[in-house]
Amino acid sequence: MSKSHAPVSLKKCPTGIRGFDELSNGGLPRGRPTLLCGGPGCGKTLFAMEFLARGVMQFKEPGVFMSFEETPGELAKNFLSLGIDINDMIRKGLMAVDYVHVERSEIEEAGEYDLEGLFVRLAHAIDSVGAKRVVLDTIEVLFSGLSNAGILRAELRRLFEWLKAKGMTAIVTGEKGDRTLTRYGLEEYVADCVILLDFRIREQISTRRLRIVKYRGSSHGPDEYPFLIDRDGISVLPISSLGLNYPVSKERISSGIERLDAMLGRNGFYIGSTILVSGSAGTGKSSIASFFADAACRRGDKALYVTFEESPEQIVRNMGSIGMDLGRWVKKGLLKYNAVRPSYCGLEMHLVALYHAIRGFKPRVVVIDPISNLSSVGSKAEIKSMLTRLIDYLKLQRITAMLTDLTHSGDPAERSSEDISSLVDAWLLLRDIEIGGERNRGIYILKARGMAHSNQIREFVLTDHGVDLLDVYLGPAGVLTGSARVAQEAREKAEVLNSQNLAEKRMREREHKRKALEAQIAALNAELATAISEQQFMVVEEKKGLDNVQKDRVDMARLRKADSPKNPGERKRKEGGK
Amino acid sequence: MKRPPRPKKKPAKVLSDRDAWILKLYVAGQTPRSIAAFANLKQVCEEHLAGKYRIEIVDLLKNPTLAKGEQIFALPTVVRQLPTPVKKLIGDLANTERVLVGLNIKPVAKGVSKAMEK
Repeated sequence: MSKSHAPVSLKKCPTGIRGFDELSNGGLPRGRPTLLCGGPGCGKTLFAMEFLARGVMQFKEPGVFMSFEETPGELAKNFLSLGIDINDMIRKGLMAVDYVHVERSEIEEAGEYDLEGLFVRLAHAIDSVGAKRVVLDTIEVLFSGLSNAGILRAELRRLFEWLKAKGMTAIVTGEKGDRTLTRYGLEEYVADCVILLDFRIREQISTRRLRIVKYRGSSHGPDEYPFLIDRDGISVLPISSLGLNYPVSKERISSGIERLDAMLGRNGFYIGSTILVSGSAGTGKSSIASFFADAACRRGDKALYVTFEESPEQIVRNMGSIGMDLGRWVKKGLLKYNAVRPSYCGLEMHLVALYHAIRGFKPRVVVIDPISNLSSVGSKAEIKSMLTRLIDYLKLQRITAMLTDLTHSGDPAERSSEDISSLVDAWLLLRDIEIGGERNRGIYILKARGMAHSNQIREFVLTDHGVDLLDVYLGPAGVLTGSARVAQEAREKAEVLNSQNLAEKRMREREHKRKALEAQIAALNAELATAISEQQFMVVEEKKGLDNVQKDRVDMARLRKADSPKNPGERKRKEGGK
Repeated sequence: MKRPPRPKKKPAKVLSDRDAWILKLYVAGQTPRSIAAFANLKQVCEEHLAGKYRIEIVDLLKNPTLAKGEQIFALPTVVRQLPTPVKKLIGDLANTERVLVGLNIKPVAKGVSKAMEK
């Protein structure tokens, strides 16, 4: 830390313990002893064991386990509980186990002594396998076996210096004292790195925690980190180590409900986003979540459905009633249910169980239904911290997650019970709408980061063939749903019908008028025709009359034997000439 | 097939006199402390177990594996192999009183010597 130190950063020795290397920025200080302390049953031995075993398996670093408490047989059994066959490693020369039996009643002290015997044994074990890692568990036993604490302290100091000189990355375990980190003050000698393990039980639920008390020359996570011990060993769960730098996607996936996708700007949710669905009891949260899972399976993606409330069979049956066959996805291995009661284990265990399930199953979609049930096993802050870590993890894995949240009626609907709204990317709110003695479901999008989403409330109707999102009516009386909406629809229909009739009537009237006019035109036409024909007749008659007069005149002249003109014209001219 | 039984008889014979007490002194090299321990042990034995004891020195630097078998961690360590039960005594053995108590020599030695005399 001071400037006089070389700027060369401390070399780290990765432990391979999940989570620990992240929060310690790379592992334990390489070539130095680390003190691992904690109360009985806190997992010291297991941590140390895993450090060695992973050293062998992952980093090709042989190790020596010097046990002061457990016999090699017991150790082998313990290792085997982590799925590690230590005897095999010993056979292959990758691990050496030395059990140091210290029993006060068998030892008499007469004069000055040292622990050279221990050094010899350790050196032999280290050399026999070419060890890089050493565990001393728990060296404090020496204090109870030997009375000369002065010698012991001096020898331990020498031992740790010796380990350092040999370049061993060592874990020295120590039992927690009343007010000190270790009962015999080992922290005085092992000053480079001190890790404290803690095992707490609150409300009958146990939580294990790990804290790096001291890490000379290295930055490290300062908090208490919960950790878990399961069949795969230790998992430390860093809360803040992930940071906010996960990959983001522009791709979208369907919510499984077409109109909901439309409300989300046509395409559904972003891949890797986290969606919160909150609502009071019976508003259809599980149904929406199931549709989401169903849609994923339809696309051929794997979906993990974590339920804290219902058994998988029950969900499958219930969703069958709204026309969704989830059983087939389960059979195909696309859908996996993970059903546990929240009170089954502590929050941290839940988190790790989830990590496990996700790591094992590799789903692209995760549903947690409902997160609010976790409140029975943790405080708000704890749940939030757990969910933060979970969401970070899911985002990092590009898993799209839907969390449902039961809000209590009476609470403002916009308040998520676990205050995680800031963590989620999209928030669907399901709401009871009570009008006219009915309870109907309304859905709206409270927030959807990075997408143009509808601001409208839709009515959410579950039918035997699925889910419908219907427009709701916003009238003077407020939002209309259910039968009020149906009535409104009927009214509108009647109105439409009415206006249609009116239009038809008008059309008919126009038609009538047109026809009347046409009739009139026809009558006038007829009249016109009559007039024309009459006129023609008269012209003919008149001509006939004239011709007759002419003829008569000619006849008369013939009778009078007058010279007849060739034609009446000539005659007329002649007559005129007279 | 006949040979193996013979060596067995030899130690049985020896047991009666010189090997009544077999003391193993574990050391790691010739350190001042290990030399002191040997001197102190020899002195006590000469004084109380003359002719009835044998001291074997085990140098762990030469045979490190032996430390594991006898559960040696502090040095020097004297292991009373015989008479049974096995007893362990650690230190440079400067405190003679404690050596006698630790190896259970004083009372037994008297008893044994008396019994032997008779």
